[in-house]
Amino acid sequence: MLEISNLIKRYGHDEPVLKGLDLRVEDNSVVAIVGASGAGKSTMLRCINRLVEPTSGSINLNGMELVALRGGALRRARRKIGMVFQGFNLIDRLTVMENVLAGRLGYVSLYQAISRRFPQTDIERAFTLMERVGIAQYANKRADELSGGERQRVGVVRALMQEPELLLADEPTASLDPRTSEQIMMLLQSLASELSLPVLINIHNVAQAKTYTERIVGLRHGKMIFDGAPDDFNKEALDAIYGGIEAPDDATVESPTVSREVGHDAT
Amino acid sequence: MVDQAGALADRVWKRYDRRERLIRYAVMLVTLTVVVWAVRDIDIFWPWVWDAPNQISSLGARMWPPDPTRLAEIVNAMIETVHIATLSTMLTIFIALPVAYIAAQNTTPNRACLWLGRFILVSSRSVNTIIWALLFVAIFGPGVLAGILAIMCRSVGFIGKLMGEAIEEIDRRPVEAMQATGASKLQVIAYAVVPQVMPAFFAIVILRWDINIRESTVLGLVGAGGIGVILQGSIDTFAWTTVATILIAIVVLVLIGEAITSLLRRKVI
Amino acid sequence: MTRPEAGAPATPRTWRKPPFIASPLLRYGLLAVLVVYLVWAFGSLPFNWARISEGLPRAGRIFGGGFPPSFERLDLLLTGFKESLQIAVLSTLLGVLLSIPFAVMAARNVAPLPVYLLGRAVIILSRSFHPVIVAILFVAAVGFGPLAGILTLTLYSIGFVGKLLAEEIEEIDWGQVEAMKATGAGYFAILVYAVFPQILPRQVGLSMYQLDSNLRASAVVGIVGAGGIGGTLMNAFGRYDYAFAFAILLVIIAVILVSEGVSGWVRKKIW
Repeated sequence: MLEISNLIKRYGHDEPVLKGLDLRVEDNSVVAIVGASGAGKSTMLRCINRLVEPTSGSINLNGMELVALRGGALRRARRKIGMVFQGFNLIDRLTVMENVLAGRLGYVSLYQAISRRFPQTDIERAFTLMERVGIAQYANKRADELSGGERQRVGVVRALMQEPELLLADEPTASLDPRTSEQIMMLLQSLASELSLPVLINIHNVAQAKTYTERIVGLRHGKMIFDGAPDDFNKEALDAIYGGIEAPDDATVESPTVSREVGHDAT
Repeated sequence: MVDQAGALADRVWKRYDRRERLIRYAVMLVTLTVVVWAVRDIDIFWPWVWDAPNQISSLGARMWPPDPTRLAEIVNAMIETVHIATLSTMLTIFIALPVAYIAAQNTTPNRACLWLGRFILVSSRSVNTIIWALLFVAIFGPGVLAGILAIMCRSVGFIGKLMGEAIEEIDRRPVEAMQATGASKLQVIAYAVVPQVMPAFFAIVILRWDINIRESTVLGLVGAGGIGVILQGSIDTFAWTTVATILIAIVVLVLIGEAITSLLRRKVI
Repeated sequence: MTRPEAGAPATPRTWRKPPFIASPLLRYGLLAVLVVYLVWAFGSLPFNWARISEGLPRAGRIFGGGFPPSFERLDLLLTGFKESLQIAVLSTLLGVLLSIPFAVMAARNVAPLPVYLLGRAVIILSRSFHPVIVAILFVAAVGFGPLAGILTLTLYSIGFVGKLLAEEIEEIDWGQVEAMKATGAGYFAILVYAVFPQILPRQVGLSMYQLDSNLRASAVVGIVGAGGIGGTLMNAFGRYDYAFAFAILLVIIAVILVSEGVSGWVRKKIW
């Protein structure tokens, strides 16, 4: 269980980006965080695995306080939190397999990392996960030879290699075309239930958030102004979150047009 | 590539496939052989190597503290060094531009000129400044003239080659447009070539001036003027504290040169 | 840079190219500064005209004595070149290996501030001095011979490769580093996985370039006694044996052309 309370992040002396957020995520639920650009979605996610240092507040994952951690303890905590990035952030010049195994870097020694002598169980796990998301045939291809959707699958597998207790996804579909992003959302949703893993997804596309998640959290100017089931997310909530700032990617509150069958053929 | 199906079946993963591994081993083996040969064959007295850190630190200790008594003389020599670099860079321009013109594929008058230009550039670039200086000191005797000529001879190749490349990369269309107006060859150059290569020209000359400042600090070691003459003299008389002052002066000069070039780059380009 | 002249009445319609430097004060000022500088520089430099006027006959004698170049003492020439090659290979290897830690130290985005300043200082210092000056100091410290040459060119390589590599590290895609951080990887594992793969092609290219560059430089550090063909050349000049000196020069040019070609070919292949 993830419990965030009174999280504040301020850069220098500017107005805080996050103004006292409180959020509880139970095990095994998929939560979408929506909001306009600059609302603090990405900062919040990065505070959880401390890629961004929170100014104050508390973040508690399964009984461990994350904000106080340093050095080795922080790294051990990070390996329990997988992260999927908007720009995939793969290591382009390494093969898919090396990218996937990089998810184990928090577990193996430096010598193992340099010599690429990962434990057999890690390699097994890598193949199993890659087969699950349908990229096993690319194991020895260089990461930059893959298409966007395939690259994001590598990113997802890398995060899952960490055996995470929590998965963070920062705009995982924003760099993908609409059809591929549906597939990735579907993948995240089904992986969450298969692995009973809580997943936090920052997402711009409200329609996708409503379709693929169980709970929607709306941020505006660093404050939480909506928290509820997708069915309760109506026009008013949408206006409250985006009103006067910008239109969300998909202003309609309808379900996406792509059918679910289309998504499944790739997995 | 490895047999994918097989790899999937027994779940092994290796970083490289067989051919890649062989190439890697071959490259490593060749490198290793060359290194082992170089280490075993080279004319080095190994005990000196292990003693080198001591020797270097003791030399460093003898240099401390820097002795400022000859500072005025050093500053004068530094100014001379800058003069050598600046004058030779300016003079080089007058030689390098025509050479670049005949050595560029698209402007050269004929094939003979092209090869003549290329020959000048290659021979200029292949001989190091200090070797040029050696030659000119033998001809004109020790002094700044040998230094200026040496730096010019090396810079012609540098500026000429880069300018030649800049000329080869120009947009052909303005040249055609100028030719279509019935302009003469020189008019075409003035209106279609010169404006296009101007930024490159300034960048190259400024870059070479910066390099020439460093180069002119060593000319004196073979007697071709500048700070190197005093440096050589101080080393020969074991005046290590003066050597330290000169070294500091050189670092300061190089840093000033870098500051000026970055300023010029921002102003001019 | 170019400002059209304002306010002039339209009759008669004249046009002049706007001057390169708009302000006339600055334009003529710069010209005046240039003239004054040239007068000062030429006036203050000590030219020994009497000695210089002997130059042409001497040049005739030198080139007369130098042609045809003599390859009689081929073994001496080959020994010199072998030593230059050995110096170049060993110093490139050492320099390229050592440049990696210094480049990491001198990259602001991966090194803490005190380490960064140290790394920058080492790189700036080793770049300020021409290799020949460094060679003279090493000869004074460790004696004549190739050891001084290797030390010199190693330092030279650290300065050059280290600087460019540090710039490359500062420009890497930070997202990959962030992703590795998120997996809980330690500092060195992040370097190995997220930083080195991104700078590897540049490193290989720079190494080949540096090998070529060190081979050139190894020919000149010998002039001050740091081993290699430069010493042989200096001796030939000293003994007025111009025929041998020109033979050495010709071989140096040939070797440099070959090495430049090979280095360029390898860089193009690997890039």
